[in-house]
Amino acid sequence: MREAISAAAAAELIPDGSTLLIGGFMGVGSPLRMIDALIEAGRKDLTVVANDTAMPGRAIGKLVSVGAIRKAIVSHIGLNPETQAQMISGEMEVELVPQGTLVERIRAGGVGLGGVLTATGIGTPVEEGKQKVEVNGKSYLLELPIKGDFALLAANRADYVGNLEFSLTAHNFNPVMALAAETVIAEPTSIVPIGVIPPDAVKTPGVLIDHLIERAPV
Amino acid sequence: MNPKERIARRVALEVQPGSLVNLGIGLPSMVANYLPEHVDVFFQAENGVIGLGARPPEGMEDPNLTDAGGGFVTAVPGAASIDSAMSFGIIRGGHLDMTVLGGLQVDQRGYLANWMVPGKMVPGMGGAMDLVAGAKRVVVAMVHTAKGTPKIVPECALPLTAERRVSLIVTEMAVIEPTEKGLVLREVASDSSVDDVLAATSAELIVDEPPAEMTLA
Repeated sequence: MREAISAAAAAELIPDGSTLLIGGFMGVGSPLRMIDALIEAGRKDLTVVANDTAMPGRAIGKLVSVGAIRKAIVSHIGLNPETQAQMISGEMEVELVPQGTLVERIRAGGVGLGGVLTATGIGTPVEEGKQKVEVNGKSYLLELPIKGDFALLAANRADYVGNLEFSLTAHNFNPVMALAAETVIAEPTSIVPIGVIPPDAVKTPGVLIDHLIERAPV
Repeated sequence: MNPKERIARRVALEVQPGSLVNLGIGLPSMVANYLPEHVDVFFQAENGVIGLGARPPEGMEDPNLTDAGGGFVTAVPGAASIDSAMSFGIIRGGHLDMTVLGGLQVDQRGYLANWMVPGKMVPGMGGAMDLVAGAKRVVVAMVHTAKGTPKIVPECALPLTAERRVSLIVTEMAVIEPTEKGLVLREVASDSSVDDVLAATSAELIVDEPPAEMTLA
């Protein structure tokens, strides 16, 4: 049994300059109340690791708009012209990572691996500065693990011990990020008693979750 | 018929029954409109669903069910929702039968560039590099020229998406198959001639036997 805290209280735990792993894909499956709370608290100089920076005014796009992000490690910024503008002006550093590589780097960080070998990116600008490793005659890039200070996850339902269940395409990076940060904060849409989410339906075990955000206001 | 519809109708013929297919955003996503109604195909959206369905009726969208472009979709019976590690494991691990992607340039070697124009457009590669590196077949669906400038070129000037020979190039003028020997002209549209295609292509095309007329779904 754990206590749910407000998004504002969770934002207080996060200092300026933190590295945040934030779930979501174009805002779907992103912890929207946590993002609002970070903006409300005036957090800045953040490093954000996420699939994308959404669009202006939506999810991570809101953090971009207020200039809270110093560095973004993402696979896609095409739908957010503000990210592109801040990248060009030098306000924000952007590291573009192929999506499948990004998720495996985070997974490696979370599951105690020293990196991953992938053929994705060979022969492209992605390979610059990276070690190539040959395995059974095939070339791979050594991609290094990513870890965060905090993971901010969105889930469909949580139970009282923090077990998480996700909905449809709102899974995306959330289950993987749950392993890869010092402190893991989950923002469920609703919280249900123990037993309501059957063990087989739990995608992220509650033992990985440090803080549960209160349910969405009715 | 506009060029994009023609391209989508031709690519639709490449979709094999029983296969798992990933369609890129934009033109490639139109391919789904031209498949036989009960064809046994699952579409994957790399943001996390196998069994992508049509757009839902207005007002009945599920905010947690979108395609990789963020547009609302449905899921077909038998669909599965997956996280990004599973999704890209399927792509990279050789479990995806075909991907259809747009292209900025394809070259003589069959290499594709489709994710950035230095100094102009840097949207990020998203899932494109994993898709091209990992799918069993890669079909490039694109208009033949960029306002008259050839897109099928001797060597890509734009940064590559992957160092992999794509399987097929489908344009509104022609169907071209990159092979070990080079780019083979397989089909020409009914309103184009071989010479038209050669004139609109700066890469060398191999025309061994008279190409067939392009057929459409």
